[in-house]
Amino acid sequence: MSVLRPLDKLPGLNTATVLLVGADDALLQRLADSMLKTDCASELRVHLARSLPLPSNVNRPRVDLLVFVINLHSKYSLQSVEKSLHHVDASFFLGKACFLATGAGRENLCSVHRNTIVRLARTYRSPVLFCDLEVEGSRAAMAQRLARMLQISAGHVPGVSAMSLLSLLRSSESPSLEDL
Amino acid sequence: MDETIAEFIRRTILKIPMSEMMTVLEAWNFLSESQLQTLNLRQRKDSLAQSVVLLCEEKCASLSDAALLDIVCTQVHRHQKIWDVYQMSKGPGEDLDLFDIEQFKSSFKKILQRALRNVTVSFRDAEENAVWIRIAWGTQYTKPNQYKPTYVVYYSHTPYAFTSSSRLKSNIPLLGQNFEIHNPTAPLQERSVGLDINTDSRIIHENAVEKDKVQRITQETFGDYPQPRLEFAQYKLETKFKSDLNGGILADREEPLRCLIKFSSPHLLEALKSLAPAGIADAPLSPLLTCIPSRGMNYFKIRDK
Repeated sequence: MSVLRPLDKLPGLNTATVLLVGADDALLQRLADSMLKTDCASELRVHLARSLPLPSNVNRPRVDLLVFVINLHSKYSLQSVEKSLHHVDASFFLGKACFLATGAGRENLCSVHRNTIVRLARTYRSPVLFCDLEVEGSRAAMAQRLARMLQISAGHVPGVSAMSLLSLLRSSESPSLEDL
Repeated sequence: MDETIAEFIRRTILKIPMSEMMTVLEAWNFLSESQLQTLNLRQRKDSLAQSVVLLCEEKCASLSDAALLDIVCTQVHRHQKIWDVYQMSKGPGEDLDLFDIEQFKSSFKKILQRALRNVTVSFRDAEENAVWIRIAWGTQYTKPNQYKPTYVVYYSHTPYAFTSSSRLKSNIPLLGQNFEIHNPTAPLQERSVGLDINTDSRIIHENAVEKDKVQRITQETFGDYPQPRLEFAQYKLETKFKSDLNGGILADREEPLRCLIKFSSPHLLEALKSLAPAGIADAPLSPLLTCIPSRGMNYFKIRDK
């Protein structure tokens, strides 16, 4: 069974690779374009996948950050991500994975409740980010944020590791009984 | 000019919105350029209608000219009507015969006039080898009612004919007899699928193989050509409740549950076609959705076997 592992390959020089996983291809494409437009010191690479596992015969770089993109307007999008989660090695969830939920603003189109994603993220001990990928401004801001997270996950920011970022992000959430 | 014709023209003009008035009158091609220029489009519609009737009187408009005006109006507002589709089937051992549109029109008219004495039949050619036929029905003793005509749009290179709803249902078989049997030759148009061609080499699509598979399945199911324009699909379910969990009040229920599901869209079949490529559904789609064009129905009743 092919499982995605975070540290099974050597890193490229000054290269950071993010893998966006989501069923909605158009949204992933737009997010990828926005990320590449950000001003980033590292060389960014964006891989887009509809679901995991990835095809095994391809030579690809090490994945530094894994972003699961869920469109709240589509239940299929959530189901696709849930199935993909089974093919990810647990060590990704030590700061190298996060969930991105889009479309929460338009309540009448949502068929997935935002709390479902919050609970999913909490189960995997990973941060969840909300934005509207269809709106240029929101998408650009999220792209910048992800680019920064990617740099940290790839180890390009001295003094900050993926783990330390994770604990920084987590302390801002209110603790629940599940976490104790 | 007959008073009834004048009244018919007047009422037809009143149905046309002012914004489309000139377009319709020009398409009608009955009044001359100079006559059209004398019309004042800023006046109230009933005065405009009177002016048009006077101009028609100058040119001695006949019933067929008035019928033609009615066809032009309907062509502009075709979306306001409800159309039934009929598909003609080929009889066994029939050869493909060459279609002569003029011969078709004259024999169509003759057959109807022989069957019913009082009937007005008018033709107008339109785009894509379509011929619009307008039929005003009368009985043996009454003149044709010009205000409740039936329209038939026949695409001569296909086996399809569209009819607007007719009050007199008994006339439909008569219409059906008039159509020659044809071999369908629907042209398959090459339509380029508008995928975003990603020129940035820093973006890599991991599931290109799966994407191609989805595209291929979609193409096999729906074809390359534009889908017929459909706005509704309705599914009536009358099935018994089925559940993985044992028991429950609903599972014991003897009568089938009734449920109505309606899909509506400005272009339903194109929307269904785009579901799998957009990543909103798995390909292939449920056969209940994909059978709509092949079975030619959009109202379904689903019962337990």
